[in-house]
Amino acid sequence: MTAPTTPLLVVDDLRTVFHTARGAVRAVDGVSFTVARGETLGLVGESGSGKSVLGRTVMGLIATGATTTVTGSVLLDGQDVHGLSRGRRRRLWGPEVAMVFQDPMTSLNPVKRVGTHLTETLRRHLDCSRAEARDRAVDLLRQVGIPEPARRLRQYPHELSGGMRQRVVIAIALACDPRLLIADEPTTALDVTVQQQILDLLGSLVEERSMAMVLVSHDLGAVAGRTDRVQVMYAGRTVESGRTRDVFAAPRHPYTEALLASIPQLDAPPHTVLRAIEGTPPDMARPPAGCRFAPRCAVRHDDCAGAMPALVPLSMPLSVGSPAASYDREVACHHPTTSAAFAAPGGPDGR
Amino acid sequence: MAGSGTAHLRHDQPRALTVDDLVVEFPVAGGTVHAVSNLHLDLLPGETLGILGESGCGKSSAGRAVMQLPPPTAGTVTLGDVELTGLKEKEMRRARARMQLVLQDPVSALNPRRKVKDLVVEGLEIWGWGERDQRGKDAFVDELLTAVGLDPEVVRERRPHELSGGQCQRVCIARSLALDPDVLICDEPVSSLDVSVQAQILNLLEQARERYRLSMVFIAHDVAVVKNISDRVMVMYLGKTCEVLPSDGLERTALHPYTRLLLDSVPRESDAERRGEPAKAVELPSPIDPPSGCRFRTRCPLATDRCAAEEPQLRELRPGQFVACHHVEA
Amino acid sequence: MLAPDTRAAHPRRTLLLTGLPLLVAGLALAGWAFTTEVVVTIVRMLLLAAGVLAAIAGLGKVAHAVCGRAVDVVLWLGIGWLTFILGAAILAPWLPLGNHDDAVAGLTAPIFAQPGDGYLLGTNNYGLDVFSRAIHGARTSILVALLAVLIGTTVGGLVGMVSGFVRGTTDRLVGIVSNSLLAVPPLILLIALGTVLDPSVRSIAFALSLLTIPSMVRLARANTITVAEREFVLAARALGASRMRLLRREILPNVVLPVLSLAVVMISVLIVAEASLSFLGIGIQPPQPTWGNMIAEGQGGVMEEHPYIVVVPSVCLFLTVFSFNLLGEKAQARWDTRSAKL
Repeated sequence: MTAPTTPLLVVDDLRTVFHTARGAVRAVDGVSFTVARGETLGLVGESGSGKSVLGRTVMGLIATGATTTVTGSVLLDGQDVHGLSRGRRRRLWGPEVAMVFQDPMTSLNPVKRVGTHLTETLRRHLDCSRAEARDRAVDLLRQVGIPEPARRLRQYPHELSGGMRQRVVIAIALACDPRLLIADEPTTALDVTVQQQILDLLGSLVEERSMAMVLVSHDLGAVAGRTDRVQVMYAGRTVESGRTRDVFAAPRHPYTEALLASIPQLDAPPHTVLRAIEGTPPDMARPPAGCRFAPRCAVRHDDCAGAMPALVPLSMPLSVGSPAASYDREVACHHPTTSAAFAAPGGPDGR
Repeated sequence: MAGSGTAHLRHDQPRALTVDDLVVEFPVAGGTVHAVSNLHLDLLPGETLGILGESGCGKSSAGRAVMQLPPPTAGTVTLGDVELTGLKEKEMRRARARMQLVLQDPVSALNPRRKVKDLVVEGLEIWGWGERDQRGKDAFVDELLTAVGLDPEVVRERRPHELSGGQCQRVCIARSLALDPDVLICDEPVSSLDVSVQAQILNLLEQARERYRLSMVFIAHDVAVVKNISDRVMVMYLGKTCEVLPSDGLERTALHPYTRLLLDSVPRESDAERRGEPAKAVELPSPIDPPSGCRFRTRCPLATDRCAAEEPQLRELRPGQFVACHHVEA
Repeated sequence: MLAPDTRAAHPRRTLLLTGLPLLVAGLALAGWAFTTEVVVTIVRMLLLAAGVLAAIAGLGKVAHAVCGRAVDVVLWLGIGWLTFILGAAILAPWLPLGNHDDAVAGLTAPIFAQPGDGYLLGTNNYGLDVFSRAIHGARTSILVALLAVLIGTTVGGLVGMVSGFVRGTTDRLVGIVSNSLLAVPPLILLIALGTVLDPSVRSIAFALSLLTIPSMVRLARANTITVAEREFVLAARALGASRMRLLRREILPNVVLPVLSLAVVMISVLIVAEASLSFLGIGIQPPQPTWGNMIAEGQGGVMEEHPYIVVVPSVCLFLTVFSFNLLGEKAQARWDTRSAKL
């Protein structure tokens, strides 16, 4: 056991490359980050940004093989996830790290009862009797807000609604008290009103158990209110990272800024022209040279297509109330924006 | 939300589309799904009506029933002054072509085996080109593609799988515009697209509406998106209407408890301050056996016995704002 | 990390160095096993098979080295065989082949001549040239199979597509008829038809096509139902397309490829079925050769004395069926909607 001051998760220069018929697809291309104990990190990006592959690679679900290369390191509590044998790695899943997937219908086995899903996980990792496992299962279902837990144990996944199923998936993930929860688009497949409930649930569970969480999502709104820090991904690379409040209040990367501006705001009048990002995300088998966002960037300069910008710390705190020492903010851009820097915190501006 | 009623209809004005007492039901194992029950709506020329609701509220079924795809179980649909229900197959197809549909998944809405240049003019292939010769046809394809922001040189010869989702949705919109329709029905046109592409398509729809003088029905689940594009918003729950209100300022003016719930569910930064017990999961009612009276009552904080016994009718609580609830007042 | 030049050059040499000897050794082993009489037949067979497999593996490595990428040698050998046998079958009347069906002329020829003695693959009990009969047999066998598949695919495909598209009563009727056809054991159906129909190429093809229709109907119907539910069909209807147009422009192009892939597999099934019929004597009648009735000539102790009488048509049959199967499988993997993501 390492000293509690070290971060729980240290990801360093992680690269996941899929070798396809069309060439090497660099889904994750040199991403580093850390997650402290009890901290929540949001990984935001559009489809093709590599955020989901990143989550799975961190989990060790994507390992080097014939068609995939994983390089870099993932240290979970000091242990290199990818250096472990298959069996040792499997023992991490549950007590150390657990995952909640996007689609609760496909992540539950349709022919197994809810109870079986839970007790199997419990008995595999915790070495307890059938009755104990059952009691714990009931308790877990109660914790995730499922009414009549004892009756639910006997039901099959298809007998539950989408939100209820996602709660079951969360209960399974929590079964062995993981220290890190990776939630990969946990609410995307759910209805709006249920999304809110699930995010509330995850938030309170994380707090109660002082568990760390990585919330992977394309929904900026969901990440904005639920995470301590956020990392914005584009085309397999990190473009910006920092404390959630700072990033949303004053985005410094043109992509983050444009992404925030492109979302319709509820308090804007109808028929407001949206600031769209022109073009489409790059083909990851043939990414553009230099900054990957350059072809779509509204403020690109001549040098943007030349060299790939590195992720560098920003020294100057730009939002009010953040002392420079705790200002952990990094941007990968040759020409970080400043236009929104002094906008009122609480919402993107610049229309 | 039981909400029935016709208070919100504007009989005194010329209307591009009128839907009266629309019912859509289909049999499934174990009963009948009441997808849409007694829906009334109208659409003025040049107006955009947003239909807001979650999955299973019947918004997509309603959109398709208006298109007569398939025809509704009951009710009438009047396009301009032509009543569609009851027309013969051929006449129906012709009348329906004045109304066009844009679907959620643009990639699967395009035949994978055909090229973009053939896809966009499919409607004209069906209904005739008028006096255009081959050169006129090619020019028309290019004009349409340019109008939806695609470079004809690049995409003309491509097949759908060679395009991105956003590009496919542009092709779908171009195809709908080719027939110069009066009414465009958009069924979740941006929900399968990336955030950055979503804005492009919303802007494009807005431009197209002005340029082609369209009336639009915009069906979606995202409050902010619906508010942005619509003039008037109709909120649906389990096949019934809850509230009809002007989109301007709806985040402040909405009264129906369900509309409020939808608004509260929009994630925002202030969620960080939300603390306390997260909501218990509730059993959502099934459209096979919807609750009596107001269909929203099982989830409603204001529900009383009256809500179970009596279905609320749409009442005009503020000018232009109609709410189907026994309890709220302006 | 990636150094394609050296990495490509080195394995190429290794591939050639292992591939060539393997190929030569395999061929030598197979040749020896085929001709030798030192060991018993069963061992010869096994050695032959081992030799052939080794030769194919060697050829695969050589082809990899030559083309610079992995090549499906078996598939290409299959395509090669099909090209040869189809070409020979089509050109048979114009090729300088021996007497294949004139039993009167055969009276002057030696009977059961060993392969090589002036007759490439020997002669049969009527003094007819076995090589020539194998080629002409291919002509009949493949013609019958192709004709039957053509009828079956067209009729079955269309019926399946229409019934999957209109559904309702039509669909139920089609279902009942095709299920009843499937419920009758094929051989019994064929024997029954054989007693009614005269044994000509046309009527055998007709009888065999009945075997393919039910599965074609099923496949076309299943694919039509999947395609008809896809959104582009809805979109086309929204544009005002008529049902005829939907079928022709939207559904047919998406159903035709999986149906054709099954058709290729069906060809091989029907070649075997035709051979069985002819073997039983209810197919094409001798002296007109087909592979089936050629194999039947080996009955009554002939095979023990003169194995080539049976071996030649059997090998032809095996290679052809194997090649068509291989081709059909590849086509299905590529085009059948159930396995391909569209």
